[in-house]
Amino acid sequence: MLQIKNLVVNYGAIQAVKDVSLNINTGEIVALIGANGAGKTTIVKTISGLLKPTSGSILYEQKNLQQKKAPEIVAAGIAQVPEGRHIFAGLSVAENLQMGAFLRRNRKSITDSLQEVYQRFPILKQRQNQDAATLSGGEQQMLAMARALMSQPKLLLLDEPSMGLAPIFIQEIFDIVQAIQKQGTTVLLIEQNARQALAIANRAYVLAAGHVTISGTGQELLANPAVQKAYLGG
Amino acid sequence: MKANFKYNIIWLSLMVVGFILMNTLILVGIIDSFLENMLVVIGINIILALGLNLVVGFSGQFSLGHAGFMAIGAYATAIITSEHPNTLNFYLSIIVGIIIAIIAAIIVGVPTLRLHGDYLAIATMGAAEIIRIIINNLKITNGPSGMFNIPKFASWPVVYVMVCITTIIIANFVHSRAGRAIKSVREDEIAAESLGIKTTFWKLAAFVLGAATAAVAGSLDASYLQTITPNNFGIMESISILIIVVLGGIGSLTGTFVAAIVLGVIDTALQSFGPLRMVIYSLALILIMVFKPTGLLGRYEISLPRIFARKKEAKS
Repeated sequence: MLQIKNLVVNYGAIQAVKDVSLNINTGEIVALIGANGAGKTTIVKTISGLLKPTSGSILYEQKNLQQKKAPEIVAAGIAQVPEGRHIFAGLSVAENLQMGAFLRRNRKSITDSLQEVYQRFPILKQRQNQDAATLSGGEQQMLAMARALMSQPKLLLLDEPSMGLAPIFIQEIFDIVQAIQKQGTTVLLIEQNARQALAIANRAYVLAAGHVTISGTGQELLANPAVQKAYLGG
Repeated sequence: MKANFKYNIIWLSLMVVGFILMNTLILVGIIDSFLENMLVVIGINIILALGLNLVVGFSGQFSLGHAGFMAIGAYATAIITSEHPNTLNFYLSIIVGIIIAIIAAIIVGVPTLRLHGDYLAIATMGAAEIIRIIINNLKITNGPSGMFNIPKFASWPVVYVMVCITTIIIANFVHSRAGRAIKSVREDEIAAESLGIKTTFWKLAAFVLGAATAAVAGSLDASYLQTITPNNFGIMESISILIIVVLGGIGSLTGTFVAAIVLGVIDTALQSFGPLRMVIYSLALILIMVFKPTGLLGRYEISLPRIFARKKEAKS
């Protein structure tokens, strides 16, 4: 569904992503793990059109993405949950969710999506008229994911969904990611929490200093001694 | 959409009732020309502050250049109606003012709306100064001495109708899809962008609409006061509009109304105090900001849907 070939992304003079190639097949959860500064978020932002690649290509459903702007990419079915949640703190939970469907015009189908989202995240329904700022960290993460789902994505880009959450919420977030996959949405999961990410991923890539160093199925990487040493604490 | 239509009709009827009530009071003589003058000033300030609240409160772009766009409207009306004084030309001049203000807002907005916070405030302040200095140096605007004997077409009823139109347009904008877009940009630009919202476009849209309403207020101001000089539209004017917005509550249209009325009444009531007036006025502002830093109403709005929902609850 998504093929990245020889992607290079620069921030000014600094090369954050150096020659990265990776594949995401329809229906998979693909995990991208690596240390801080490895270039994970840069890749996500480049896919969603917030950054421009210096060279290389991104093919989504056989179409080139790099010339497209963020709104077109969202409309094409790629939704991003940005790192650090980035909910609209001063808007209500319901308004936050409506913003996720901003590019959709059919009111009826938006209402249907809203009901689906409320079914999957009952806590958000309870809090629909509250300001998003009053939610707990875990609830905010759920809101950010629910908001992205409101655009009916085929591919969901999750950037560090477990960051800064209590362990009980982390488990719940990973359960939700699996549930999203079961409903037919493909997921690219960026994580520092490598053990849990690998456990639910079909395939995974390890990114270090802007390069893909290791790749394989989630189970292979969990068993890989180099991965264990560097990312799973031995 | 249907529900919005219903609430708009209700608001419109309330406005008509208010209009009849006010005019009866004027006819009976309870509102004399002194009070009527106060009402006009309050009305013009409401239009100005609603537009600025859209920019500062809802789209979160801190602008200190509102008086510049007001000047454009004022001079458009002054020049056109001085040449050919008739009512049709007065309304035409309002439209001309709006169009020029929109063009100016686009020229100013495209480069400056990339900036944030203080930087944007300074850039918009600079832009307003440029407008003022251009007016100061043109022949057609009569330079620094300004224009006088401008024919008077703006009366209290005209101002009232303009306040109603501005309120309806801005309230509907704020509650529409566009309004949600500009609020999301205010809350978090990164998130808005990642959801496919064109952040620069929506910021510009709010800025341009705010500028257009400022031009309308300027037209009314010029036609009512009949005398304008470039110095009327300096930084102090921008700041006094901002004071109304901040005092009423950044992001509350109802608050803008309340603040404009409160300040207008205080200002009029203090007129007999002479120089002491500014001291008391400032003191009132300081006290309100100390005890209610979010403004008189914070982000509270009078909302018909909510009032109806409450009534239904009370019944059942």
